Amino acid sequence: MTMNTQGRPTRANDVMVSNVKTFTGNKALQIEEPLIFEFGDFHGTGVDLPEPEGKTDRLGGLNRQAAVGLPGLSEPETMRHYVRLSQKNYAIDMGPFPLGSCTMKHNPRLNEKIARLPGFADLHPLAPESAAQGALELIDRLAFWLKELTGMPAVAMSPKAGAHGELCGMMAIKAAISARGEGDKRTHVLAPDSAHGTNPATAAQCGFKVDSIPVDSGGRIDHEALVEKLTDEVAGIMVTNPNTCGLFERDIRAIADAIHDVGGYFYCDGANFNAIAGKVKPGDLGVDAMHLNLHKTFSTPHGGGGPGSGPTVFSEALAPFAPVPYVVFEDGAFRLVETRRAAKKTGQCAQSFGRMTAFHGQMGMFVRALVYMKSHGVDGVRQAAEDAVLNANYVLARLKAEMTPAFKDHCMHEALFDDHFLKDTGIETIDFAKAMIDEGFHPMTMYFPLVVHGAMLIEPTESESKRELDLFCDALLSLAKRAKSGDVDAFKAAPVYAPRRRLDETAAARRPVLRWTPPAPAEAAE
Amino acid sequence: MRYLPLNDADRREMLKTIGAPTIDALFDDVPDDALHPSFELPDHKSEFEVERMLGAMAAKNRAAGAGPFFIGGGAYKHHIPATVDHIIQRSEFLTAYTPYQPEIAQGTLQCLFEFQTQVAALTGMEVANASMYDGSTGCGEAALMARRIKKRGKALLSGGLHPHYAAVTRTALELIGDHVAQAPIDVNASEDLAAMIDDETSCVIVQTPDVFGNVRDLGPVAEAAHEKGALLIAVVTEMVSLGALKSPGEMGADIVVGEGQSIGNALSFGGPYVGLFATRQKYMRQMPGRLCGETVDAEGKRGFVLTLSTREQHIRRDKATSNICTNSGLCALAFTVHMTLLGEAGLRRLAALNHEAACKTADALSAVSGVEVLNTSYFNEFTLRLSKNAGEVVDALAAQDVLAGVPGGRLWPDVPEAENLLIVAATECVTDEDIATFAAKLREAI
Repeated sequence: MTMNTQGRPTRANDVMVSNVKTFTGNKALQIEEPLIFEFGDFHGTGVDLPEPEGKTDRLGGLNRQAAVGLPGLSEPETMRHYVRLSQKNYAIDMGPFPLGSCTMKHNPRLNEKIARLPGFADLHPLAPESAAQGALELIDRLAFWLKELTGMPAVAMSPKAGAHGELCGMMAIKAAISARGEGDKRTHVLAPDSAHGTNPATAAQCGFKVDSIPVDSGGRIDHEALVEKLTDEVAGIMVTNPNTCGLFERDIRAIADAIHDVGGYFYCDGANFNAIAGKVKPGDLGVDAMHLNLHKTFSTPHGGGGPGSGPTVFSEALAPFAPVPYVVFEDGAFRLVETRRAAKKTGQCAQSFGRMTAFHGQMGMFVRALVYMKSHGVDGVRQAAEDAVLNANYVLARLKAEMTPAFKDHCMHEALFDDHFLKDTGIETIDFAKAMIDEGFHPMTMYFPLVVHGAMLIEPTESESKRELDLFCDALLSLAKRAKSGDVDAFKAAPVYAPRRRLDETAAARRPVLRWTPPAPAEAAE
Repeated sequence: MRYLPLNDADRREMLKTIGAPTIDALFDDVPDDALHPSFELPDHKSEFEVERMLGAMAAKNRAAGAGPFFIGGGAYKHHIPATVDHIIQRSEFLTAYTPYQPEIAQGTLQCLFEFQTQVAALTGMEVANASMYDGSTGCGEAALMARRIKKRGKALLSGGLHPHYAAVTRTALELIGDHVAQAPIDVNASEDLAAMIDDETSCVIVQTPDVFGNVRDLGPVAEAAHEKGALLIAVVTEMVSLGALKSPGEMGADIVVGEGQSIGNALSFGGPYVGLFATRQKYMRQMPGRLCGETVDAEGKRGFVLTLSTREQHIRRDKATSNICTNSGLCALAFTVHMTLLGEAGLRRLAALNHEAACKTADALSAVSGVEVLNTSYFNEFTLRLSKNAGEVVDALAAQDVLAGVPGGRLWPDVPEAENLLIVAATECVTDEDIATFAAKLREAI
């Protein structure tokens, strides 16, 4: 044994023990952490606040009597609790996060820095316009970028997320149809089988009936089936392009023409805009409305499920119906138009369908998105789209040695596989995905789109280096080989190295426990 | 381009592996004349150039912390402990996705479970979801939920409801042909909502403290609503108030929607914020949005997952309870971290400081001639009637670096009687000096 001068051994020994059970349940850097309610002091606090004088009480006799029941932790305890929890998360800053349709790209830290400047972060939404000229200018600049990149004449900035943007677009369509006196007649919206779930949900939330259009054997909208569904009862069509199979809809203009010919509108789901930003203007393809996910294409962080931001661009036909508020530039100053009546006066958005949210939208996300765009420039945005498409095709080309692509064609920004290569192995898509976790990767989107059996949708984005992609592909190829060699049990058991093994989702849904509750008094009295 | 790891050699090699001659060969499904349009946009910039440009825009805005500040109206200037921002900037939280793979998302999921518990406790309800976009969209979703539960087509909105919330709810309901009855603007909390409820009413939506700052007793309206078979939806835009006031749950609310910005989240010119959404256990399956639930893993260890997803768009599609997908995860985390630091003890003290600041401010301003405080009760916000147009007064004070409040004309541009109203908020951030400056400048302006 080698010793240093204090006698401390400095060589690893070769005794191998597996499955050591620790006293704490911890596994070195993976530390088990209870809920704050289980160890926090219900009388404690981690903030120092001055003592109130308590001289006046004008609460109208509605003072809180009952305890709230919330523990407070000191600052070091708080820090440690949430840092430990953070270490149970996978994140784009740790490795590839190839969730198809989610565009998990790098989140530049300059975005965060600028969004925290007091002039943006500490600015009140109802501050007088004179005190918020820089913010209104920023919204106006971002709006310009979005209109220019999409080739569309108008944009509503206020939608809070992608699905909210969809709602914005479909509300405008509904308003336009009603304005034509066809509100009672045009009650149907078409959407392909491959659509995101938000599309039919959005259409339904607007009171439309949703008709599905089948996807052809090549992964694109079945044009003949579409034409059959086109009647004067159709308000519009919702198409994702590039679509959820990762393919560009070749017939996009024919689809747009067909829907326009019967008097309907063309809603494009812009979730996959990252594939074509800086390369193609959707406005050139006959689109009437399209939302943009600033948290996908324009790099604002996903934050474990939000916030998002979903500005929605409009054609000339729909622009008058766009929501309030919006920014105008008049007499040398920026101004907000905040009500429908004010919109009527300005003439822009004269038939606005109304307001979708309090205040003016996701300003914090606007700042980040504009920082991203200014940093990239249009040349960088184009290069990002090209690299995203290149990376996806590289993954497709490499993985087809062992896995089965769902369609023959090359793809756009995401590569879609079916589970054919797992046939007769007893291993399913979910097992394959969970095995990826042990290899250190976040799984791809699985079982979506619904038109492909056992779908695995991989979107690497432009943020992956070739080195990282090669490791990712090598690991997946090795997993596919292992799967075919009959290593079923290992796949069914995966993941084994994650902070948790597979979780019982059925039990969670059958007997929902959605909050911590205090232990029953009998136990507490012990 | 500093954000793109591929270099030209990589690109050439990868194209070779793919078997494509050029990158544009991969775009060959795009109509030829649509590929490579021209753009009137600049090329990329260095980090310091971008910082300079955006910094110049930020400098044109007046930050709330830059001087005497009294604006509320649904968004409040509170101190945020440094710990909060540090935690939400951790890569593992900031750059994670919705926790679809729970084995490697226990961090986010456990935080959501703590969030749901905190929200339910604060609002006095049994269950809460994992957040909405913000309070106003939560309000619209609550009205839609009441409609699903009651199968009735009419919502009744209090005249003390924030007009943006009312407008959002109107947009959501009128779109599908429902009727929205709005009580007239109600500065003194004197409306008789009970008389306006009928057998078609699915829900009554009441805000407390209301948009004018009045603290409202929801008990009587809850009783009246329930008698007619309607739900009471309570709206809280200032969550700090729940450290001092009875919770809506205690007063009989069926659904509580809140704006969580006040706890842990920056003003940020209106977003991103975090919508709080809580209800009774029996309505759990009618809720919109994500829910985090407790379960066990294959080794029997406790863990958390997204649950009851058969309500949601990705499973149920056009039959979903809502189209919501993304929520406000990171803002919910900020809320939870701040709430964990505060604890009940800190929240109660914070609430007391807010109330005290508002009382002091009201006393100082009511001594100004031409100024009348209209509230009999309030928490940290109250309404003044001025002897002249409040918008003009606000502009005059803004020119002297005092941000005085929300003029009635800003929120109700079409209601002449709102013109002279000024809604003033005072939080723990307000100093005695700020109050004195405000009173002095107001005296000059009137």
